[in-house]
Amino acid sequence: MAPEITPLPIAPEAAATEAKATIDKMLKAYPAKTARKRAKQLLVNDPEAIPQIGANTRTIPGIMTQRGCTYAGCRGVVIGPISDILHITHGPIGCGYYSWLTRRNLVRPRHAGDTNYLQYAMSTDMMEEQIIFGGEKKLRQAIREAFDIFHPKAISIYSTCPVGLIGDDVHAVAREMKEELGINVFAFSCEGYKGVSQSAGHHIANNGVFKHMIGRLDEGDKAEFNINLLGEYNIGGDAWAIDEVLRKCGIHVTATLSGDVTYDQVCKAHTVDLNTVMCHRSINYMAEMMEKKYGIPWIKVNFVGAEATAKSLRKIAAFFESKKLTDRVEEVIAEGMAKLKPVRDAVTARCKGKKAALFVGGSRAHSYQHLFADIGMETIAAGYEFAHRDDYEGRAVLPTIKVDADSRNIEEITVEQDPVRYNPRKTPEQTKALEEGGFSFKDYTGMMSEMKKNALVIDDISHHEIEKLIELRHPDIICSGIKDKFIIEKMGIPCKQLHSYDYGGPYTAFEGAANFYQEIDRMLHTKVWKYVVPSWMKEPQLQATPIYNPKEPKPKAAAPAPVRKPEAGGEAIPE
Amino acid sequence: MNVTSAIDNELDEPRFNHCTATRNACKLCTPLGACLVFRGIEGTIPFLHGSQGCSTYIRRYLISHFREPIDIAASNFSEESAVFGGASNFKAGVSNVIRQYQPKMVAVATTCLSETIGEDMDRIFHDYLKESWHEGHPHLIKVSTPSYSGTHIDGFHAAVRAAVAALALPGDRTRRVNLFPGMVSAADLRHLKEIADDFGLPYTLLPDYSESMDGETWSEYEKLQSGGTPIEAIHAAGCAQCSLEFGRTLADFPSAGRFLEERFNIPNRRLGLPIGLRETDALFEALEAASGLPTPAKYNKERGRLVDALIDGHKYVFEKRAIVYGEEDLVTGLAAFLAETGILPVLCASGGKSGRLERNLREVLPMLDERTRIHDGIDFAQIAELAESLKPDFIIGNSKGYALARKLGVPLIRVGFPIHDRIGGQRILHLGYRGAQALYDTIVNALLDVKQTSSPIGYSYL
Ligand code: SF4
Ligand code: SF4
Repeated sequence: MAPEITPLPIAPEAAATEAKATIDKMLKAYPAKTARKRAKQLLVNDPEAIPQIGANTRTIPGIMTQRGCTYAGCRGVVIGPISDILHITHGPIGCGYYSWLTRRNLVRPRHAGDTNYLQYAMSTDMMEEQIIFGGEKKLRQAIREAFDIFHPKAISIYSTCPVGLIGDDVHAVAREMKEELGINVFAFSCEGYKGVSQSAGHHIANNGVFKHMIGRLDEGDKAEFNINLLGEYNIGGDAWAIDEVLRKCGIHVTATLSGDVTYDQVCKAHTVDLNTVMCHRSINYMAEMMEKKYGIPWIKVNFVGAEATAKSLRKIAAFFESKKLTDRVEEVIAEGMAKLKPVRDAVTARCKGKKAALFVGGSRAHSYQHLFADIGMETIAAGYEFAHRDDYEGRAVLPTIKVDADSRNIEEITVEQDPVRYNPRKTPEQTKALEEGGFSFKDYTGMMSEMKKNALVIDDISHHEIEKLIELRHPDIICSGIKDKFIIEKMGIPCKQLHSYDYGGPYTAFEGAANFYQEIDRMLHTKVWKYVVPSWMKEPQLQATPIYNPKEPKPKAAAPAPVRKPEAGGEAIPE
Repeated sequence: MNVTSAIDNELDEPRFNHCTATRNACKLCTPLGACLVFRGIEGTIPFLHGSQGCSTYIRRYLISHFREPIDIAASNFSEESAVFGGASNFKAGVSNVIRQYQPKMVAVATTCLSETIGEDMDRIFHDYLKESWHEGHPHLIKVSTPSYSGTHIDGFHAAVRAAVAALALPGDRTRRVNLFPGMVSAADLRHLKEIADDFGLPYTLLPDYSESMDGETWSEYEKLQSGGTPIEAIHAAGCAQCSLEFGRTLADFPSAGRFLEERFNIPNRRLGLPIGLRETDALFEALEAASGLPTPAKYNKERGRLVDALIDGHKYVFEKRAIVYGEEDLVTGLAAFLAETGILPVLCASGGKSGRLERNLREVLPMLDERTRIHDGIDFAQIAELAESLKPDFIIGNSKGYALARKLGVPLIRVGFPIHDRIGGQRILHLGYRGAQALYDTIVNALLDVKQTSSPIGYSYL
């Protein structure tokens, strides 16, 4: 780890000024117009008076973003993990190739011999001919062959950028094939350029799941406490860890959208009594639509962090108003917490007071703050990659969010009560009583309400801003994704990937929390960091001698790192 | 059912489904190759003219192989730019990139989107430069890389050509040699530089991402990682005595070497990827000719040790069966080498489709017979279908073959790109006698490991 410097105690006003100064320095590198736009996305937090953030706006061309595209959000994130749908990307080869098993959304076959189509990346691999004369014919052919080879229950088609422009009608092809093959075939117009980020793809995917899957199977699972887990993608086995703790409590999950889930599970998702929402950003549309159409209420939960897990379990139990469930939940919490305590205490002793910064996704930058809080670490800066204002400021601001050209691009489907299946799970009186008792439905208050005053909030952070953050605020660890990871680590700061988990996980529920604490502990304290002196350490006023354990051999880089001369890649001077 | 089989006469013949869709592609997309080349030029930032998704995907793929950061800017098309053209996004993007990175060069590649809408890049460049050019403005070059007509390797070669075409300057002939190595590893690039240095030859190695994509930790923040072919060296490529380009598929490709030959009369010598004995011999012969000097003793010794090792190991590998897959030139080089060791390449497969794979393989392996199948334009699902009856002892290629190796229960020897399930893909040495030695030891040891683990006796001497 970087040598420690005890920070001088800072007065609150000074902290605010310092935060402001950090932002100013980040903005300085941009041309005036860009800086003005960017300034709306860089804020100093105040949980009492939450400032408005310019989230979900287009990344300015030429600014290095971590954001992906609409296609990635639809095919890669929301629909991709449904394991027995055959997924076909309609487009040139790259888009399909790059979304081939890259997200680590794990699946295990239910029965020996079950097909897991996730290992296939099927693409129509468009060629010039299709670009010029249209690709519908090739798509049709690809669907027929896929059906002949695999006989899947359903086939899903995803459009990439060129498709929208050559005017292929993927929906018409899907309808035609559905008729011809007798299985469910549906398509998504999720061309990459359609939205600001992958977030648009989530919305398009939610609509599709709602239109083409949910409600097709009316026979639900027999369970007393039956819920869906929405916005959980089973990265590194997260959904399994949550499922395990829920099962211990006696709570049954019909469908996890979307992690290790089958087509049939999605089709009967409307038979549950409660929707619980993990990642609000990617799936709140579906929760809303299911409530309107089927009368299923939804609540926000978070199983990232031990305290958060306990709180979420209690909330589910409170919803069902069952003494049996409440008692069981308390037992499971007590058991989980007791098992966790030695790890948590040991790690807290080493990590307390250290500073984290999180820049990731549309929910993890918030939910993972809970894990850091569990071990006494403070989040000094956080931001999402593709979230909207409600994920920062809370759902209260929803009515005030302006609809721009990009959001208008995405279909808003009108949902009405299902004449047969609508069945409000709670009477208005029950709902009212619950609310009066402190229970809240659809209650996402956003990231900023839970962050400290004067913490930095940075939406869609760029590399340049990360560099400034490291230089000026010295976080001890940054959570981000693969595109930043190696930049951050080259500067001597550990970076935990929160998209792929650096191939670790699970991090949810009590079991996962222990994993995370230990990993953060190891990352912070591994000796390799002693070989790198972060650049800000070398500034004259900070020429503190690194503190080494005298028993350890003196690491190489204790001496100031030599100024590096790049080797010429072929010599420069004409001979 | 519209699935026809490749070979319908003999029942035992390995066969695969001819599918319309590509199932698990054995190729990546064109701009990826271009971006890698551009990051192998000093102070250059790659810039994709299209939507941001392609740039994000390509970055994540390159990063997972190299474990190094790579910034690729984009003009971030919106629906509006997709319909009306991306000229204004381009302009804004380029100025923002220049302001943030202060690059020596902005290198633009198109994507399927900008190609589909038929962006007139010449006009866009012209308009941009007319308005924004000033003394000291970074170089600006461009390459057309639609993925619907080519693979990553085509993007790679096209980008090398674009850089040379834009930057090479004419002048008096020098002793300089241009080296166009193709898409090889960072370790390969370092080795080539060492070889050229040992011959005392001045050179332009293009691209050279041996530092920029396999660098050290930073003592200062590096907006663009240092290293790469100096732009001055590309200028000087126009006065070189000759070009050496690796890759037999380039025979039909408008390559950088060919450009220099046509424009500046610089003789272009095309070699195979120097993998294994004979293809490496050809490289050293070419360097002897260019330098007028004999091969340094160090390399003769390496060659001697390699031959000795082939003898030591032949009993373990003789008649072993291998599936080789990847880019066509890599497959050709590997097959040539495997055959030298006594290993039988039972399938040479590539997702590329230059139309030259079979001819190239026959050039390096005149003795090829029906035991070796050759398929271009193939995908992993088809390779897997063929593999069932080919009974390979191992497969050799990139990480994407892992599922197949697992299914067959045979080792996967990781070479090429992408390698995202092991560390150090960028440090795998393929080229030269030294590279062949490393590959050989890896292959033999993997086979010995199988023998040892599967033996009931548990040999401790092998
Ligand atoms: S659209 Fe083309 S350039 Fe973009 S990722 Fe897909 S194949 Fe590659
Ligand atoms: S932005 Fe468009 S072309 Fe690029 S990866 Fe996404 S869908 Fe494919």
